[in-house]
Amino acid sequence: MEFMLSTIIPSIIQWLTDFSGVLFATIKDVLPIVVILFGFQFFILRKPIPNLRKVIIGFAYVLIGLTLFLQGLEQALFPLGRLMAEQLTHPDFIYAGVEHIAGTIHWFDYFWVYIFAIAIGFSTTIAEPSLIAVAIKANQVSGGSIGVWGLRLAVAVGVAVGIGLGTYRIVTGYPLHWFIITGYVVVVIQTFFAPRLIVPLAYDSGGVTTSTVTVPLVAALGLGLAETVPGRNPLMDGFGLIAFASLFPIMSVMAYAQISEYINRRTKK
Amino acid sequence: MLSALKALFLSLVGSLRDLTPIILVIAFFQLIVLQQPIPDLWGLISGIILVLFGLTFFIYGLEMGLFPIGESMAHAFAKKGSVVWLLIFAFALGFGTTIAEPALIAVAAESAKIAAEANIIADSKEAIASYATGLRVTVAFSVGFAILLGVLRILKGWPMHYLIIGGYIGVVLMTTVAPKSIIGIAYDSGGVTTSTITVPLVTALGVGLASSIKGRNPMVDGFGLIALASLTPIIFVMGYGMII
Repeated sequence: MEFMLSTIIPSIIQWLTDFSGVLFATIKDVLPIVVILFGFQFFILRKPIPNLRKVIIGFAYVLIGLTLFLQGLEQALFPLGRLMAEQLTHPDFIYAGVEHIAGTIHWFDYFWVYIFAIAIGFSTTIAEPSLIAVAIKANQVSGGSIGVWGLRLAVAVGVAVGIGLGTYRIVTGYPLHWFIITGYVVVVIQTFFAPRLIVPLAYDSGGVTTSTVTVPLVAALGLGLAETVPGRNPLMDGFGLIAFASLFPIMSVMAYAQISEYINRRTKK
Repeated sequence: MLSALKALFLSLVGSLRDLTPIILVIAFFQLIVLQQPIPDLWGLISGIILVLFGLTFFIYGLEMGLFPIGESMAHAFAKKGSVVWLLIFAFALGFGTTIAEPALIAVAAESAKIAAEANIIADSKEAIASYATGLRVTVAFSVGFAILLGVLRILKGWPMHYLIIGGYIGVVLMTTVAPKSIIGIAYDSGGVTTSTITVPLVTALGVGLASSIKGRNPMVDGFGLIALASLTPIIFVMGYGMII
């Protein structure tokens, strides 16, 4: 019994210190937002906030929720994900069992990296809290015609394709701006054919995807890849995955709307 | 009490469903592709439980606190009718939420190191710190400007795609003249600016404004603020890279 207590209590104390550390960091991030909101509410609008008690409790839930979320990710998934990104991009793994001619690379040697990039892009986007928030709002505003899951899956597919293509770019070393500019052209063309109601939401879904869950894992993957692929410079080639992850969901959300509109029209006929 | 527990249980199940893909991906690559054991199984399981509760509380608080305050402030500003104060509020919200963003602080520090190694700035502590601060202020300013412009768009009813296409042309033009070393950072800086708390708040503000102004459709006019906030930093950061 004594042995149990002597091992459990320090680990509980350690956990509580970690928790309060993350909590203070989260409060520090939220403080400017709270100051701006309440400052304008009291000094400019000069009106009491409706349901003030409920709003404050809601903020407390958001703070505690975000803290637990970040601490859990830091404890469980991030270390493993980062380690995995390092191991998958390591030459020992890529060339295991294959005779490797120094100085030459073939883009296909990295196929596990692409699969990992696609899988991690999809799965982290499904768990992204800010995307859940936007999907809930879009569902309310559209009166239910835009499904929460439909939007989230469309965005996740876009991020998966974007990050997969982004890792391919790092391996091959093509300039980033070719891809981005081509992407822009596709987005502009799609804008003129997509249903009018979806366009602003599609543009927004590019920005919301890259947040708490996706950025740390994807950044580790990009930098790890740029460090280990011969001829790549991590400083020049390691960036760009986030940009891909914010561009491709715009296309996939518009495509999702176009496809569902097409199916609706056909079933009506 | 019982119904509250049932609701909590249901939303925990929902959060578990959101997390299942990540757990599967990590397990598949660790056990089958890399063929290694999971290092700290108990740490992993307790971490996942924390994430589950965290996500559940966050979504609960979102609908109780963040969404209502964003919308009620939008309605109050629309009723007050002062465009100038609304625009000042929009700028302050964009600037204030971005300047303290941890992801941005990390990216700015990283970029400053790169700039020093590429001999764009002096390789001294002061030069690196001032470059990083300059970059942060640039991004925060551009997000403030984006929210201001987006709110103005909602008031005027401009079509969203004109602004986005204009922004794209801006990005392409800046890419041709900006120094090469800044381009990757600039493109990425668009993605890191929008945090988990800013996004719901700004979305609620836009939708609230569009629904309280006559002739605006919340779907067509309410969304788009986040898109502008991820586009303007790209242009402004390339501009910053040219000036420095």
